[in-house]
Amino acid sequence: MPPAQRSSSTQAATTTPATTRVVLDAADITRALTRISHEILERNKGSADLVILGIPTRGVALAHRVAAVIGQVEDSHVPSGSLDITMYRDDLRLRPARTLEPTEIPARGVDGAVVVLVDDVLFSGRTVRAALDALGDVGRPKAVQLAVLVDRGHRQLPIRADFVGKNLPTSLLERVQVSLAEYDGDDAVLISSADGAG
Amino acid sequence: MQRHLLSTADLTRDDAVQILDTAEELRSLADRPIKKLPTLRGRTVVNLFFEDSTRTRISFEAAAKRLSADVINFSAKGSSVSKGESLKDTALTLEAMGADAVVIRHGSSGAPHRLATSGWVRSSVVNAGDGTHEHPTQALLDAFTLRRHLGELDGRRVTIVGDVLHSRVARSNALLLSTLGAEVTLVAPPTLLPVGVSSWPVQTSYDLDASLDKCDAVMMLRVQSERMNDAFFPSAREYSRRYGLDDRRFARLPEHAIVMHPGPMNRGMEISADVADHARSVIVEQVTNGVAVRMAVLYLLLSREPA
Repeated sequence: MPPAQRSSSTQAATTTPATTRVVLDAADITRALTRISHEILERNKGSADLVILGIPTRGVALAHRVAAVIGQVEDSHVPSGSLDITMYRDDLRLRPARTLEPTEIPARGVDGAVVVLVDDVLFSGRTVRAALDALGDVGRPKAVQLAVLVDRGHRQLPIRADFVGKNLPTSLLERVQVSLAEYDGDDAVLISSADGAG
Repeated sequence: MQRHLLSTADLTRDDAVQILDTAEELRSLADRPIKKLPTLRGRTVVNLFFEDSTRTRISFEAAAKRLSADVINFSAKGSSVSKGESLKDTALTLEAMGADAVVIRHGSSGAPHRLATSGWVRSSVVNAGDGTHEHPTQALLDAFTLRRHLGELDGRRVTIVGDVLHSRVARSNALLLSTLGAEVTLVAPPTLLPVGVSSWPVQTSYDLDASLDKCDAVMMLRVQSERMNDAFFPSAREYSRRYGLDDRRFARLPEHAIVMHPGPMNRGMEISADVADHARSVIVEQVTNGVAVRMAVLYLLLSREPA
């Protein structure tokens, strides 16, 4: 849940001046996504029945990129789309109403498919819990797998990723930010920490 | 968004656009195998209907149920209201039952406002039509339908025809559509335009034929004979001839223009049967869109920080 995970650390960051460092640059991100794409193919023995769904906002761009790489490697078309989880969040009553993001399920649907959920940062695991509920209302996949660009730990639910771009041990005071060319102009994963917090 | 939805005059352009954008995402739910979201699980929505209604009550009920809220339907007939219970006592009963939202339709203009501001209830109040005042969710679903067919509403011309005097739909639409940038023209016989219409952000006309050529949408209002204790026009036939949308007038509309009606229709009176069933009539679609728009309203009012 990107906004939730960021809010707690943002508050901490505003009390003391923050330092920011780049964890992954554009080339690293491309390499990570290429490796993830190959791992997905290896695990599923090809691209048959694969559907790649990104969780808005940044997971969607990542999903399209992974689908494009897989399509190139296999010389086939892999359907990709987006799955909005706003209405399935468990913190709706704690915050002002959020604007919904688009849900775009590929025409083949998800019934009987191997759905790979893609998100930028795996943190508490609550976003993924919501995504599993949302996916269950769209159809019945044969299997669901999870790919994330960054796993920063601190899980609050029994959830783990099948494919990880980078494991990034963090403190709860730190803030992980993913920038992608589609939204932010360039690709980078940044980590900012409050001074003195380590 | 404020805590209540009482009038489209309270909505800023951003509020209105947020509701319409949210409804746009929720509309796709109608095409899914499971038409339900868990968002308002454990919340209670009370439909408090002091006046007869089919589509609005069913629409609100469907919207609340698709968001997993519990729905309690309350209609004045067969309730303690027919024994003389006041609005206040009814409201206190609902409060005691823990309603999170009250959807109210009432024959008296201002009843929802009274309910929302009196301190009788803590819940959100949604106006589902009060007297001859407002019907904001109808205007929102009309704006939603217009936007789907015409794109952004800036500079679009919408002509609203008929019994403006008794129409809460006309007032809500006039305010909302001009907030969204559309140019609204009200066409009605002089006897069916309300006093003070000159202060509305609209143009008025007594001549339907003059405004047909350049409008992007025409919205026909129902002639509300149940509210007419006076003679507002000489005969139904004369009204129909001067202000009814028949095939001849329909043919003069621009190619892209759509025909709307909030329902229920008097076929042959304000709209001919052929026009009502034409491909460019979006009257049935308006009903479908109503559920999505009301879901958006309930979601935005109820998923919020506790007060």
